[in-house]
Amino acid sequence: MGDTLLTVTELTMRFGGLTAVNALSFNAKRGDITAVIGPNGAGKTTVFNCITGFYKPTSGSIAIAHTPGASMLLNKLPGHAIAKKGRVARTFQNIRLFGGMTVLENLLVAQHNELQAATGFGVLAILGLGKYRAAEKAAIERAKYWLAATNLIDRADDPAASLPYGAQRRLEIARAMCTDPVLLCLDEPAAGLNPRESQALNDLLLKIRADGCSLLLIEHDMGVVMKISDHIIVLDHGKKIADGTPLEIRNDIAVISAYLGEGDDDDPDAPIAETLAAAE
Amino acid sequence: MKHLADNIKDSLIVGGVAFLLFGPFLGLQLTNGTSGNLGLATRPMLLAIAVGLSIVARFLLLLWQDHRTTRVPAVKLAAAVAKSGKYVAPALLIVTITLPLIPGIDNSYIDLGVLIMTYVMLGWGLNIVVGLAGLLDLGYVAFYAVGAYSFALLSHYFNFTFWECLPLCGILAAAWGIFLGFPVLRLRGDYLAIVTLAFGEIIRLVITNWVSLTGGPNGIYDIPHPTLFGLTFDMSGGPGTVSNFFHVDPDPSQRTTFLYYIILALALLTNWVTLRLRRQPLGRAWEALREDEIACRSLGINLRNTKLTAFAIGAMFGGFAGCFFATRQAFISPDSFTFIESATVLAIVVLGGAGSQLGVALAAVVMIGVPALLQDLQIYRMLIFGIALVTIMVVRPRGFISTRTPSVSLGKAKIISSDMISEGHG
Repeated sequence: MGDTLLTVTELTMRFGGLTAVNALSFNAKRGDITAVIGPNGAGKTTVFNCITGFYKPTSGSIAIAHTPGASMLLNKLPGHAIAKKGRVARTFQNIRLFGGMTVLENLLVAQHNELQAATGFGVLAILGLGKYRAAEKAAIERAKYWLAATNLIDRADDPAASLPYGAQRRLEIARAMCTDPVLLCLDEPAAGLNPRESQALNDLLLKIRADGCSLLLIEHDMGVVMKISDHIIVLDHGKKIADGTPLEIRNDIAVISAYLGEGDDDDPDAPIAETLAAAE
Repeated sequence: MKHLADNIKDSLIVGGVAFLLFGPFLGLQLTNGTSGNLGLATRPMLLAIAVGLSIVARFLLLLWQDHRTTRVPAVKLAAAVAKSGKYVAPALLIVTITLPLIPGIDNSYIDLGVLIMTYVMLGWGLNIVVGLAGLLDLGYVAFYAVGAYSFALLSHYFNFTFWECLPLCGILAAAWGIFLGFPVLRLRGDYLAIVTLAFGEIIRLVITNWVSLTGGPNGIYDIPHPTLFGLTFDMSGGPGTVSNFFHVDPDPSQRTTFLYYIILALALLTNWVTLRLRRQPLGRAWEALREDEIACRSLGINLRNTKLTAFAIGAMFGGFAGCFFATRQAFISPDSFTFIESATVLAIVVLGGAGSQLGVALAAVVMIGVPALLQDLQIYRMLIFGIALVTIMVVRPRGFISTRTPSVSLGKAKIISSDMISEGHG
């Protein structure tokens, strides 16, 4: 339990007449795995897109503290600077890899800004001068580290599109980690994984946390959420309905009614509700 | 042969379409009637031949497609083509370097070589934008025109020489690339294509209508030829000419050969820079941009700057080529920079295989060299050319060489087949 890393204050996101996120405030602590859960359409991915700069929030602020006490407003940064200056990395719900490039190339693209700085505006590197060679070597070493951590080292020279689904998920995490983030945002990392892959994912996320990177995670798989998160935020209809440790969330009346519905027959999230109920 | 019935049916349908299409064009002919008025004659034999050929061609095509899907795995074929590139490229380079040195070679062949290589260079320049960055640019001729007119105007008004202007033309064209790129590059896909096309036309129209500066449709004459360390290729053979200095008889082929090696050097420079850039962060960012823009943004890559560099560097090589074009022709007019030039260069890139340097070079030889060499066949020239293009697109829809070689590898680099590679969305 450390100090606050991410502070979201009164975040509101409207699309025309639809309010996807309504005056949401929450904190994520440094060194924690913070999970954002909620029924489908609760606004989880919208919150993620605001934090990672893909949407400009209608109102409210998102601040990140790289060192205790310091604060940087993420909602004031241009989109690409969120990863570069804000040091917030993300993965996508539908995997977005560079399919025609090899696994290793994917990880080198992630280190673009550092490598580009070493090329001397590209001119020196074209002529084979300067420190680019050393920078590339270091980048490959870092890529190898994450390839080993995600168990992809044997596939390093294969095109990303040729990997099986679970490996693509891991590669996307490895690629995000190569940007050297302080906060990694994962949008449903366990979706479509089998139980064994899911377990491996848990281990990977715990390793990332141990390496000093905090995590923010959207997840439907309660097995993953309850086991590894330190802190859970529950959203429903764009509002926060609960905020606390896994144990507190399990016993929260509002959460249970949001998932199970209040005497409502129409229940789109039955499997999750069952899992949640079974976990009690 | 399980599809035989289907294939015959399909072929007959194609025959029907061909009949409808060719009927009015080939089947009917206007003639001079008996009393000076128009008469109408029919040509059933010609129509039958055209329809028959269509049916047979369609049938053979279907047979071949069956054969291909059952027999030849696309990946293996792609790998074989890419592997052969290792030998084809150096062989092609040696032939290109030695071509003008063949004793007794006709000057027109060297001249054709110059023309082909101009297009190879344009193709390589556009390949950066279309093949690597995946931005569809239909107005590449604009930068070619900027390069050509920069040199023409600087030499006309300020007596600049070719060698002084060459770097300036590249810089000016790159500046235009950035200038055009700023408003244009927020657009994607079809919108980008249309706006770049419009910019190509705007440049041409400005050149045409700004008569006081550019001479308008009359063009600019007497653009100086390049000199060899101050020596001219003048036919008079007087002092200060190459023939006088080296004590040889003046011959027009000397200048053509000199131009040939200039464009060869420029084209190789384009190729070298592109190949080096591909192995660098910038080149990898271009390719990543082609694969997935949103993922690029999430990794902290500045999309606008990355696209602008692709545009600017592509434009720079277009400017060099334009400068060379002006000095070679000694006369330029807006007619040389119409949309068809952009289309030809784009066709070279697409046909050769977007992203492949060797493929683009081969495509330029086919697209420019073949029509020129088939001159003797007169009207059938374009027919053969058209059939050849259609055949290539059927056989290799992603271009001659559609595979990709990784820019970096831990072990042995593996060729990536085209079905993995994205074509870019804008």
